[in-house]
Amino acid sequence: MNLDHMMMAVIVSGLAGVCTRIYLLQTDYRQYPTYPHGYIIHLALGIIAAGLGSVAIPALIQKDFTAFTFLALAAQQFRDVRNMERTMLSKVDQMELVPRGVSYIEGIAMVFEGRNYLTIASALITSFTVIMWNTTVGVMVGVVSVICSRFFMSGKMLNSIVEVREAKLRLDGASLYVEDIYLMNVGLSSDKKAIMENGIGMILTPKDASSRITLSNVGQRQAILHDVSTVLGVYRDTGEPALTPLGKLDLKDGRLGLLLLPQDRNVKRAIDIIGKVPVLESAMKKPLQANATRGGTS
Amino acid sequence: MSDQKILAIVTLEKATVAGGSPIFVVDSREELERQSFTLEKILDAMVHEVAPTTFILVRHSD
Repeated sequence: MNLDHMMMAVIVSGLAGVCTRIYLLQTDYRQYPTYPHGYIIHLALGIIAAGLGSVAIPALIQKDFTAFTFLALAAQQFRDVRNMERTMLSKVDQMELVPRGVSYIEGIAMVFEGRNYLTIASALITSFTVIMWNTTVGVMVGVVSVICSRFFMSGKMLNSIVEVREAKLRLDGASLYVEDIYLMNVGLSSDKKAIMENGIGMILTPKDASSRITLSNVGQRQAILHDVSTVLGVYRDTGEPALTPLGKLDLKDGRLGLLLLPQDRNVKRAIDIIGKVPVLESAMKKPLQANATRGGTS
Repeated sequence: MSDQKILAIVTLEKATVAGGSPIFVVDSREELERQSFTLEKILDAMVHEVAPTTFILVRHSD
């Protein structure tokens, strides 16, 4: 085993790592990160992560055990990424007409940290295969690990746990309902008019008991409202507190009634967008799989 | 979500309301709507109808 072989391992796995990061760095319809600077920050950190992953195994082979401890340093570094994202998004959130909400921000921040670890992992695996076998196998494993990384990073979406349908908004005096679910009390007739003209009512029906708990999470609801407002716009401004998109639960059967106020009144797209809202990790509970409900002891 | 406050009360019947919030007494339904609308914009607080003759302005800071 000569040094050139090692060098080859570092280069191939470094490239695999960087590719993983680029592959995971795509602006989707939720528009984050939007700007070139956001890309540069994450690419730079991705390159560092890829570098760390690719040198780890060569360092071990050279019996340079202290080099391995640098991975711990990297973990610290990437926790900072999470912090950075959290701080930035929380600040930006204060200026949003429909905020993301703390749970969604935590989710996004966690994903950004996780992506860096995946970058390290794919670099590590690739460098291992190059050293064990040869460059060709390494390249193939690299490509596979880049593709697999997308699989690891794709979480569940809302349409796998709920059914979404349009429902009629109605006013009973000052009370606003979506079908039979009470939403809020609207006093002014001008507000009532604006809501009835621009609002869309939606009802989300959970598919089982676990999804009912997820749907009742306030952060999850805010994430839905934010995503819809990002894509379809929001009929709202400061000084218009009545024009607030909101969601309320029917406590009897766990259905969620939504009032949406999009600028683009496109019901079909709204249903589509709601279906593609990520299920937040903090909102995901699985009581059906808990030991206690299956008669287990712990 | 817990930080909600009544910022003003607009009413047609002064006898039905009292308390620590500013109370605006008006003499017609149109005036009730008009003043509540103005106050909603000024205070950034939502107008709620607690009775046909009484509106309250509440700030929901969520």
